[in-house]
Amino acid sequence: MNDMTGLQRIERKPTNQRAPIYLDYQATTPCDRRVVEAMLPYFSDVFGNPHSRNHDYGWAAEEAVERARGQIAHIIGANEKEIIFTSGATESNNLALKGVARFHKGRKNHLITCVTEHKCVLDSARHLELDGFEVTYLPVQANGLVDLDQLRSAITDQTVMVSIMAVNNEIGVIQPLKAIGEICRERKVYFHTDAAQAVGKIPLDVEDMKIDLMSISGHKLYGPKGIGALYVRRRPRVRLEAMISGGGQERGMRSGTLPTPLCVGLGEACRIAEAEMGAEGERLHMLSDRFYNAIMAALPEVYLNGDRERRIPGNLNLSFAYVEGEGLMMGIKDLALSSGSACTSASLEPSYVLRALGVDEELAHTSLRIGLGRFTTEEEIDFAVERIVQEVSRLRAMSPLWELAQEGIDLKSIQWSEH
Amino acid sequence: MAYSTKVVDHYENPRNVGALDKSDVAVGTGLVGAPACGDVMKLQIKVSADGIIEDAKFKTFGCGSAIASSSLVTEWVKGKSIDEAATIRNTEIAEHLALPPVKIHCSVLAEDAIKAAVNDYRAKHAVGKAKAAE
Repeated sequence: MNDMTGLQRIERKPTNQRAPIYLDYQATTPCDRRVVEAMLPYFSDVFGNPHSRNHDYGWAAEEAVERARGQIAHIIGANEKEIIFTSGATESNNLALKGVARFHKGRKNHLITCVTEHKCVLDSARHLELDGFEVTYLPVQANGLVDLDQLRSAITDQTVMVSIMAVNNEIGVIQPLKAIGEICRERKVYFHTDAAQAVGKIPLDVEDMKIDLMSISGHKLYGPKGIGALYVRRRPRVRLEAMISGGGQERGMRSGTLPTPLCVGLGEACRIAEAEMGAEGERLHMLSDRFYNAIMAALPEVYLNGDRERRIPGNLNLSFAYVEGEGLMMGIKDLALSSGSACTSASLEPSYVLRALGVDEELAHTSLRIGLGRFTTEEEIDFAVERIVQEVSRLRAMSPLWELAQEGIDLKSIQWSEH
Repeated sequence: MAYSTKVVDHYENPRNVGALDKSDVAVGTGLVGAPACGDVMKLQIKVSADGIIEDAKFKTFGCGSAIASSSLVTEWVKGKSIDEAATIRNTEIAEHLALPPVKIHCSVLAEDAIKAAVNDYRAKHAVGKAKAAE
């Protein structure tokens, strides 16, 4: 069936067991079926190389790619000439940070970013430090937002760029982009934002927000994996050094033959997101309020991480005190979500984002990230609440920390044996 | 990460969850781990006059492997003398539950919990004996 609404459930595994309910939309999103439909002709029928300038095959592919470029530009208020296709937001962030820094090497050597950025931004910054750049990692306030005064005072005459993410992937908070953009423009430094979690979720306008570079990811907005984009301002022109050498495609900033079907998919994903953002945002607000209110009514000592108001509606990050996150996730296997607990990752440290907010390590170990999205239903929310409440109650009944807390003992007064 | 069926069984049907009266001289309590590290185990043993563990209870804050390790040791220590219980090694726990390398620390913590409970019982007992001798 040709499902043009895109609202059909993702296919379930052919077993008696129901697939878990997907509540991990910040990790990735399913490719919308309308996006897949739009991509299909560009695999085998319109297969030309979009850079072939001398026949129909190439022209047809080029036309599709350029249409997609326009759709991507449109959702962020840019010109299509300012959109560079990449393999995803990780590459876009690498290109933005390393490309701009290296182009200006010798003239300016300072970069400003923030401690809660995605690992690919932080790791790019670390590499630049090894190359001799100086990097300031701004702290965040308890609500997860950067302090504008601290940003202002961190800028020096050596600063080439400020890179602050639009929406945080763990806690969903929205940084004050317009205010940051104004500070950067006034001080004549570039403003780059990693908008992987923001595009299609909140209105973005590169002119109004004075953004000079913006990273975009396909698979976070119901597009395909393996494609992303970098917006690079033309007026005033942002200069950067390419990382990939080759045929000079994408205005010389990113060589390599464009993957036509993926480009088309990203474009279509942007078109759909732009058209549906208003209604979808309201629906997600309703669902996340429903979830949050039900949890808070049923369970004591649950804490929201990140600002309550200034966050995308599709994200809730909650700490369920006295219940360890991985232990909790094991009990709710019928829900697919993420934990800020150490045990889920290779390292034994709890989430660096939660730690940056000043969340105690013990509370960081008890957090769950609940990601809602286009295909989340009210029934799923109600079921998830019921399961989480059940399991948190069960695990608290067997938690020595809950017992101590109920006895009125301050956990900080105990001499714990760190191991 | 896939858990072994034994870990899942102990997680879903934990044995001997609960608490014993920690002021009872016959009860030894061990509280090990740290909230900041993501796991804390409380193991309690009730010891008969002839030094046999009659009952054991646990409560654990931690991942499934930590819960399973502590649940398992409550079963293992029951019926053992306190000296025998103190010889249980983390490697036996890890092997029985088929813990992956990243979860070995859960079995170490369970071994520590037994030792802490036994030590607490012995300390109480030493004080009791000293008082009786006065």
